[in-house]
Amino acid sequence: MRYVPSRSSLLMAPALAWLAALMVVPCALVLALAFFRRGIYGGIDYTFTLENFGQVFDPLYAGIFLNSARIAGTATLIAVVIGYAAAYAIAAAPRRWQPVFLFFAVLPFWSNYLIRTYAWIVLLNREGLITQLLRWVGYTGEPPSMLYTEGAVIAGLVYNYLPFVILACYAPLSRLNPELAEASRDLGASAMTTFRRVILPLTVPGIAAGAVFVFVLSIGNFVTPALLGGGRFQMIGNLVYDQFLTANDWPFGAALAMALIAIMLLVLMAQAIAANRASGRIAEAEGNANG
Amino acid sequence: MAERSPATRRMLWLVLSLVFAFLYIPIAVLVALSFNEGGLPTAWSGFSLKWYVSLAGNSAILSAALNTLIVALVSTAIATLLGTLLAIGVEMRRQYGKGLEALIFAPMIIPDIVLAIALLSFFSMLNLTMGLHTIILAHVVFNLAFVCSVVRARLKSFDWSIVEASTDLGASAITTFRRITLPVIAPAVIAGALLAFTLSVDEFIIAFFTAGAGRASTTLPMQIYAMIRFGITPEINALATIVMAVSVTALTLSQRLNRGITGQ
Amino acid sequence: MSEPRTLLAIDRVSKNFGRVTAVDGISLDIRENEFFALLGPSGCGKTTLLRMLAGFETPSDGRILLDGKDIARMPPNKRPVNLMFQSYALFPHMSVRANVSYGLEMERLPAKEIRARVDAILATTELVPFADRKPEQLSGGQKQRVALARALVKRPRLLLLDEPLGALDKKLRGAMQLELKRLQHEVGITFVIVTHDQEESLVMADRMAVLKDGKLLQCDTPHAVYEHPAERFVADFIGVMNFIPGKVSADGVVAANGARIAGKVPAALSSGAAAVASVRPERVRLFPSADTANRTTGTVEVLAYQGLDLQLHVRTPLSPKPFLVRVTADAADRRPVASGDQVELGWDAADVRIFAE
Ligand SMILES: Nc1ncnc2c1ncn2[C@@H]1O[C@H](COP(=O)(O)OP(=O)(O)OP(=O)(O)O)[C@@H](O)[C@H]1O
Ligand SMILES: [Mg+2]
Repeated sequence: MRYVPSRSSLLMAPALAWLAALMVVPCALVLALAFFRRGIYGGIDYTFTLENFGQVFDPLYAGIFLNSARIAGTATLIAVVIGYAAAYAIAAAPRRWQPVFLFFAVLPFWSNYLIRTYAWIVLLNREGLITQLLRWVGYTGEPPSMLYTEGAVIAGLVYNYLPFVILACYAPLSRLNPELAEASRDLGASAMTTFRRVILPLTVPGIAAGAVFVFVLSIGNFVTPALLGGGRFQMIGNLVYDQFLTANDWPFGAALAMALIAIMLLVLMAQAIAANRASGRIAEAEGNANG
Repeated sequence: MAERSPATRRMLWLVLSLVFAFLYIPIAVLVALSFNEGGLPTAWSGFSLKWYVSLAGNSAILSAALNTLIVALVSTAIATLLGTLLAIGVEMRRQYGKGLEALIFAPMIIPDIVLAIALLSFFSMLNLTMGLHTIILAHVVFNLAFVCSVVRARLKSFDWSIVEASTDLGASAITTFRRITLPVIAPAVIAGALLAFTLSVDEFIIAFFTAGAGRASTTLPMQIYAMIRFGITPEINALATIVMAVSVTALTLSQRLNRGITGQ
Repeated sequence: MSEPRTLLAIDRVSKNFGRVTAVDGISLDIRENEFFALLGPSGCGKTTLLRMLAGFETPSDGRILLDGKDIARMPPNKRPVNLMFQSYALFPHMSVRANVSYGLEMERLPAKEIRARVDAILATTELVPFADRKPEQLSGGQKQRVALARALVKRPRLLLLDEPLGALDKKLRGAMQLELKRLQHEVGITFVIVTHDQEESLVMADRMAVLKDGKLLQCDTPHAVYEHPAERFVADFIGVMNFIPGKVSADGVVAANGARIAGKVPAALSSGAAAVASVRPERVRLFPSADTANRTTGTVEVLAYQGLDLQLHVRTPLSPKPFLVRVTADAADRRPVASGDQVELGWDAADVRIFAE
């Protein structure tokens, strides 16, 4: 009764058609573009080539890939450490406060990305709050240059994606049966050992989900490096942007975009495998406490 | 949980305070400076609403805001309809392939820049004149995926036997949908719509690539981006404050309606 | 026989959660090698008391002495006390063997010794075939044995069990009760077990304590608690009891209809005070001999078999509730009764217990 194939297909059809026409076909087109040559005056010369993919591995561009991976990786690491600590603290707060804390931790995430990034320009610029604070404590030298550095880009990425990490880590932490930690203590483990051997392994899926999210969104990011890196710290996103809007080399831009997708798929696959391994034990860990 | 020592508890409170300081200080500074009298972006020189007033007279911003509103409203309406139907269709099936799952999931995780250039290539290939309508077409892609995921979360706990009961009692499929299914999922549908609206209002890159040339189809985020590139002005602070207030209100409403989104 | 040694002394221990007093001034001695049951209605503070013994809650007041040393503020990982959780709290990401050896690893014992002791306990609890499974691949009874093995392998001075058999079906419960008793003899550990189930405590415990609203009502052997309940509540909670409300007289209680129920009146009750006389269903005889001290007549309303015995509900003038009478199958065969029959009931004065109302 519940499964009525024809009716279910009918309901799904409009949305799937939309996705097919405006996501699948355009993405396939980009994939196809990546195999063509750039025309002499911009545009596209429809002759098959693998050059674009070769160019992706050119030291200049490969360097940007590595650079992007390093920046995204650092941001991920920092966001996960801070986010996990915050999620842990929220999960340890009194029950009725937890939704409130969580709400306020996630709230910034829903305000405009550009504005959140812009807030860091206000903070970090040469006459920004940090410089003012330094002045206030008696610093008289040149204002430090913090904006348009790699650190600024990383700070911006961490700031923007931290709420998601908190959310992703909070879910398994709050569902963890507190008796597991108690049982570990009861058996003689210290608080540290309990954390390392019981709590951490059981909350890895949350960490992985948060980390993948931050990494994937960071490595393809365009706005943050453009605004906080001031164009000096090129990441893959900026490179793609440039190929399409400045250099007018669409085929190469398409190849770069496909490389980005490939990286993303690899990361997601790794996570899916890890999550699959963990899924069995999680259900068990979420049993509720007695008394 | 067992009682924590005072030292541990202090430690946890410290972590919370630091994280919240990190999250809110940048925003607070921005909001505070939007009420700053002086034109200097950072030095405080007295309270004033003049930047909000000057904003009201800035026709570029006003027309961008109007564009954003049009895009957000239309794309949200379409996405809510399609996304809800999709969610019901998917959840009605007992099993579905991984491919379908991936297709629905993809718009939420595909990097913005990739979707942006894909749509740009696609539209220019078709020789389509780009404008607000192409932005709407593009925004529906990710919006419908988000609406679908919110509604599906709700449907996961939906007891399908009540649909069977309704049919058993003689109701037609449409009556059953209207009287049984829709009331149950309505909060999720509205929450999904609010979420879509917020996402659309804030979306920058895809709009930037699919807006075509000319100022006529500039959206608010595009306008803000242009202004930020130009430099820090108190006017941006004021604009930012308003935009944040709007998104925060929409999110708060959405949360009220559907506690499932963040709590999972 | 010399007086058994006290292992754990609970001395006027209280615990408040905000305005709730979960445990209210309880004093108890638990003796070496005994099987001690904590019993009481839901919310009476059993789990809270156990958690204080294990170290997960700090008493608001009072002392907990283990071998004469106050351990009330010792952290749980430093106590020679282990708790078997009601939910078992098995580590889902570790195999059965890893779960069991975890506690010994914490003691930093040599790997060889850990292995030997884990093997031994897995054999005792008949878990050898499941050693490499994850908890999710075990049945309820197997999980319970893992939880038990994990606690036992540490050879604690005191093993606390919080409703260990709660999740099991009736048959498995019976088997596990015997198993627990056997293990206790084998390993020689002091057990404190929390249970909802009064029958369970009667079967298993050497001594038991009955709690209500955080207070200790009675602490004695199961036999003494059953035969000589300290209060009306205990009489009602442990086993089945018939109550006859009335007023205290010189040699018993006068029921509302004027009938006299003979029995020993506790010294604390003065003549004329409101009281209840009570008698266990198995002490009531059908068609008693003429010299039986307490007699009444009534109408049989319901007959129900309880195992081999027959339980009768008899409407009498003595109390608003029907009298429960337990008759052995033999007796019932000798003189069959049917619903609607008039019957005579009788019981001895020695079987009557009188409590303040
Ligand atoms: N952490 C806590 N905070 C507030 N009140 C609590 C807490 N733990 C227990 N209580 C209260 O203390 C009382 C005793 O609870 P406890 O869990 O010890 O009862 P119990 O005898 O184990 O009950 P059950 O048989 O239902 O398990 C209850 O009223 C309970 O609501
Ligand atoms: Mg309990």
